[in-house]
Amino acid sequence: MSVLVNNDTRLLVQGITGNSGATHARGCLEYGTNVVSGVTPGRGGQVFDDKVPVFDTVVEAREESGCNATMIFVPPAFAADSIMEAVDAGIELVVAITEGIPVADMMRVKTKLAHSKSVLIGPNCPGIITPGQCKIGIMPGYIHKPGDIGVISRSGTLTYEAVWQLTEAGYGQSTCIGIGGDPIHGMTHLQAAQLFTEDPDTRAFILIGEIGGSEEEEAAAWIKENCDKPVAAFIAGATAPPGRRMGHAGAIISGGKGTASAKQEALRDAGIVLADTPAEMGAALIKALG
Amino acid sequence: MNIHEYQAKELFDKYGVATPAGGVAETVNQVIEVARELGTDTVVVKAQIHAGGRGKGTFKSGFQGGVHLCDSPEKAGEIAGKMLGEVLVTHQSGEEGKLVNKVLVAASVDIDKEFYFAILMDRETERAVIVASSEGGVDIEDVAENTPEKLIRVPIHPTLGLQGYQARTIAKQIGFTSEQMRPAAKLFAAAYKLFMATDCSMVEINPLVLTTDGEVQALDAKFGFDDNALFRHPEIAALRDTDEEDPREVAASKFDLNYIGLDGNIACMVNGAGLAMATMDIIKHYGGDPANFLDVGGGATEEQVREAFRILAGDPKVEAILVNIFGGIMQCDVIAQGIINAAEEIEMNLPLIVRLEGTNVAEGRKLLEESGINLITASDLGDAAKKAVESVA
Ligand SMILES: Nc1ncnc2c1ncn2[C@@H]1O[C@H](COP(=O)(O)OP(=O)(O)OP(=O)(O)O)[C@@H](O)[C@H]1O
Ligand SMILES: [Mg+2]
Repeated sequence: MSVLVNNDTRLLVQGITGNSGATHARGCLEYGTNVVSGVTPGRGGQVFDDKVPVFDTVVEAREESGCNATMIFVPPAFAADSIMEAVDAGIELVVAITEGIPVADMMRVKTKLAHSKSVLIGPNCPGIITPGQCKIGIMPGYIHKPGDIGVISRSGTLTYEAVWQLTEAGYGQSTCIGIGGDPIHGMTHLQAAQLFTEDPDTRAFILIGEIGGSEEEEAAAWIKENCDKPVAAFIAGATAPPGRRMGHAGAIISGGKGTASAKQEALRDAGIVLADTPAEMGAALIKALG
Repeated sequence: MNIHEYQAKELFDKYGVATPAGGVAETVNQVIEVARELGTDTVVVKAQIHAGGRGKGTFKSGFQGGVHLCDSPEKAGEIAGKMLGEVLVTHQSGEEGKLVNKVLVAASVDIDKEFYFAILMDRETERAVIVASSEGGVDIEDVAENTPEKLIRVPIHPTLGLQGYQARTIAKQIGFTSEQMRPAAKLFAAAYKLFMATDCSMVEINPLVLTTDGEVQALDAKFGFDDNALFRHPEIAALRDTDEEDPREVAASKFDLNYIGLDGNIACMVNGAGLAMATMDIIKHYGGDPANFLDVGGGATEEQVREAFRILAGDPKVEAILVNIFGGIMQCDVIAQGIINAAEEIEMNLPLIVRLEGTNVAEGRKLLEESGINLITASDLGDAAKKAVESVA
């Protein structure tokens, strides 16, 4: 059926009265997500769109609305504070959409997270969606279709590309997780792969990576030993000039590690079907299914 | 963001990282003046560019070396005269080299031993990591490759920070003696404080030296800053030198566009870094050559799209423009309106291949159709790449 989010998810939106927070809270409501509360410090007592109560703090929102997931749209300068507030309030799933959070802030967030039960997705990510049940994030809902294929990706729009190819070919998705492109972030490729491997309702999954870091290699090594499900993959940035920053601080090639070819080799070695071009991600998954 | 060595030296002075006295100069007369004020027998004149390997670099004039030891203020002036206004090419500057507008004039020190010291933000450990070596002054990549055992790496706890014992241990491990250990550890602590206080992504000191007087000093500094944190460091943001950057990238950054110039002839405009990289990959796959990487970001406005076009169309190497948008935050009708506005303002006689998908795609396609601008529509990413490559064939 799905991982992490479903019909029982009760969503809080941090930064709900801001521009993009409001837009995307509405987008989630329209999709059918159960948006139960919002937080904007100083706006406690207001009601968003005549439907969603707004609180000053996450603790109040948790107590009053029983939220078990949060979507964060707070500006970069205050986003780390918001993530930590959600973690301290015991919110089970924290989805940080905000782009441009300083690396040092994320480093501190990660030490906080290490001592909690919360799961962080992002930041700088499109969010997570279980088609037909719950959308948390900025992805266009209509490209998805309920089904049994899992999607994991570091990049936002490249995820949409993959999902669209799957849907067009008639393959629905169990859950799609955008893990985000920042160098220091929450859920990793490996953790997402573990969730999909354990999920009885996911038949196969696709992993979309990027140059930089070693998460794809780590996921590949784990999949090789532990996962019997069909897996497909694509790595973006094979033609990026070495040493140049390509938008994600993450996409830096360092010391011979993290190159597209190193990642492709590790994935292939794990029996994963690689898409040659980003136009063939859906086709690679279908090929993996056999 | 990067800064010049003379600016790094000012930060070192402020945070107490020991470094030889010196000053920056833009003319030969200023060089002589600074050298006289230093009052040392010899001074070092160093070309200020955003690239390493200056010492072994060559000026396009044929003059050798961007770092020179000079035994009088007059000699310093003479050497600086061969650097200022000239283009220095190093193994890191690219073939086109970098124009030298300023030189650093520093007191020369007598070096007993050279070391390597750096602090980097490391994604693997999710910490700041100190990298240090007894082998300074040479290319650290060679050390990493040939004698990795001579490089030590110490991750620093994000909230506890660098502890005194860690700094002392690093000093001993790279070969400082008992007497030298404390001044070395003091320099490490000051550098770490500076690194954290200014949101650096990298501070590299190569060489870190032990002088014949037993002092520990930083003779060179390369800094990288986290662009995402510049908002809280206006004094650092003010150190940006746009002369050191690709003018196309500078123009793009004024409009918050993420642009990197490349050498091909197919310009691309894409939303999202991952999709932008993937678009470059698929252009190459079909035998084409991308002219750039351009991510217009999640929530681009009409104005940003128009400026993006201006930059792409203004690049003389560009022979076709490929627009690939998968709207999430970004709405396809906004992109379409931006394209129409740009096409009306800028005379574009280039083939324009457009692939739109996602939020408000129907409205976007309709706007483009009704505008009457001449463009090639593509049904999917593969189709778009093929059509773009064909259009320049
Ligand atoms: N103040 C000084 N006194 C004496 N020698 C110096 C001084 N500054 C630099 N040098 C010498 O010049 C060499 C090159 O200087 P520096 O490292 O600044 O240049 P570089 O070319 O930028 O080096 P890199 O390859 O690290 O980029 C040093 O290794 C050192 O031996
Ligand atoms: Mg040096």
